Amino acid sequence: MFRTHKVLGVALAVALAAACGGSGESGKSASSARKPAPDAKKVDPATAATIKGKVLWEGKEPANPVIKMGSDPACGTGELHAETYVVDQGGLKNVFVYVKDGLGNKWLFDPPTDAATIDQKSCHYVPHVVGVRAGSPLEVINSDATLHNVHGMPKENREFNQGQPLQGMSHKVTFENPEVLIPFKCDVHSWMNAYVGVVDHPYFAVSGAGGAFELRGLPPGTYTIEAVHEKLGRQTQSVTLGEKDSKELTFSFKMP
Amino acid sequence: MIERWHHRYAALVAACTVLLIAAGGMVTSTDSGLSVPDWPTTYGWNMFTFPLSKWVGGIRYEHSHRLIASTVGFLTIILAIWTWKVEPRAWVRKLGFAALGAVILQGLLGGLTVLLFLPPAVSVGHAGLAQIFFCLTLTLAIVTSPGWKNAVQPVDDPTLRRIAALTTALVYTQILIGATMRHNNAGLAIPDFPFAFGHVIPPVWNAKVAIHFAHRVGAMAVTIAILATSSHVLYHHRRRRDLVRPAVLLVAFVCVQIALGAFVIWSGKDPVINTAHVVNGAAVLGTSLVLTLRAFRAGFERAVQPIRTPIAPPVAAQGARS
Repeated sequence: MFRTHKVLGVALAVALAAACGGSGESGKSASSARKPAPDAKKVDPATAATIKGKVLWEGKEPANPVIKMGSDPACGTGELHAETYVVDQGGLKNVFVYVKDGLGNKWLFDPPTDAATIDQKSCHYVPHVVGVRAGSPLEVINSDATLHNVHGMPKENREFNQGQPLQGMSHKVTFENPEVLIPFKCDVHSWMNAYVGVVDHPYFAVSGAGGAFELRGLPPGTYTIEAVHEKLGRQTQSVTLGEKDSKELTFSFKMP
Repeated sequence: MIERWHHRYAALVAACTVLLIAAGGMVTSTDSGLSVPDWPTTYGWNMFTFPLSKWVGGIRYEHSHRLIASTVGFLTIILAIWTWKVEPRAWVRKLGFAALGAVILQGLLGGLTVLLFLPPAVSVGHAGLAQIFFCLTLTLAIVTSPGWKNAVQPVDDPTLRRIAALTTALVYTQILIGATMRHNNAGLAIPDFPFAFGHVIPPVWNAKVAIHFAHRVGAMAVTIAILATSSHVLYHHRRRRDLVRPAVLLVAFVCVQIALGAFVIWSGKDPVINTAHVVNGAAVLGTSLVLTLRAFRAGFERAVQPIRTPIAPPVAAQGARS
């Protein structure tokens, strides 16, 4: 019975996905990540530059609503607030900052050594915003004693909805195309959401304490730096870096 | 005796279908459609053995909907077989199997929309077919009833037939527009009521505003059609209880429906109010269908004779007022 159900489900999905032109993957199959030129080279650490900066918050500190988690006792009784606007010492946390433009295809980058992860703890995502390289895995873990579904809703990559019914389960997801930001949600616990920034280079960060961020190891050049907040949108700035340069950038967000 | 139980059973299936529509309405209203990512299994379990302890959050709505749907599917199998066994009218037997086909297709559409992450076209199809299936089970309940079989002097009023059928078609179209609005997340695209952004006609337009406004215009068209049909019944057939009851009910249901629609906006799409709006919409459709079927009753017998009970000649269309 169990097997028959699975076969039926798969057969139906295949038949109708074919009939619908594969709408399940949003028609995105070929990677749009940049491919290095034949003469591309690695960045010389001796000449690499750094961008340090802050994402500031303008105006009154916004209130994040309290989340009611009564629909699942396993989520705990602690008071949880939405993480949309996390202001810390005048800075805004959870803003994804990355090099949007200027790298071209003349650089080779080593694959990341640390795996990016998102954990589901006490029915919220930790961290709320994370960056990952295109083509590299993002591990999604369920540390809760309840079940979650991990529903990624990209526009430029394949949509997915993965069930994690047991504590300790994890699975890896890979995005082939750069996309900033991809919303994640749990349809079981409607308050759970996270955002993933996917880029095809290692120059990205998420603003932390005091809204601080840092992009290290950049080759000299002129770049467009973009800061993206899940609700407040995008801001860009241009910066030119010389050899061993260290520049400071400040972004500023406020309620519209 | 067995025929009476058969009719009662058909009515039970129709009632269970309303419950199923309510469960489906809660799934959409709470945005729980993807809380169970797999189908026909539930997080890898056979859906009938999924542990009760894991019914949390949105799963409660989605999994309940699947179980009620399975139950209605099972009830429909019995209804189709029972109808085939006891029903002398071939068209009614076929209706039983049409209902069975519809519920099977409905189950497949439900699974498909989950596996494809709720594409609006499939979800609207699922919502639209739900109402068709409800109409089929309701029709079975009506045409197997003693009142239908033993009808004396069924009304024969071409005007009533036309406006009742038009009203039912309008109500169904309005339900489809509403489903399109719901599944495109346009329920609050116009955030105020009775005005639209403070105006009679929306000053800004996009696809969501257009579909939302179409639903409001549709509501006006449906209300006018229902008032016309019910007025016709009350004026020309006021002593026909079989017509007056659905005509009055229809007016009551449409008034409730407009009020619920307003509260959906004012409450910011409260899931319970939203679902009540969906269920009451089915009640409007069902009541309009009952009135339409009864308006066509005489024609049915001319086309599909014989049935067991002899029928008196129909009342003439002209001068039908009594």
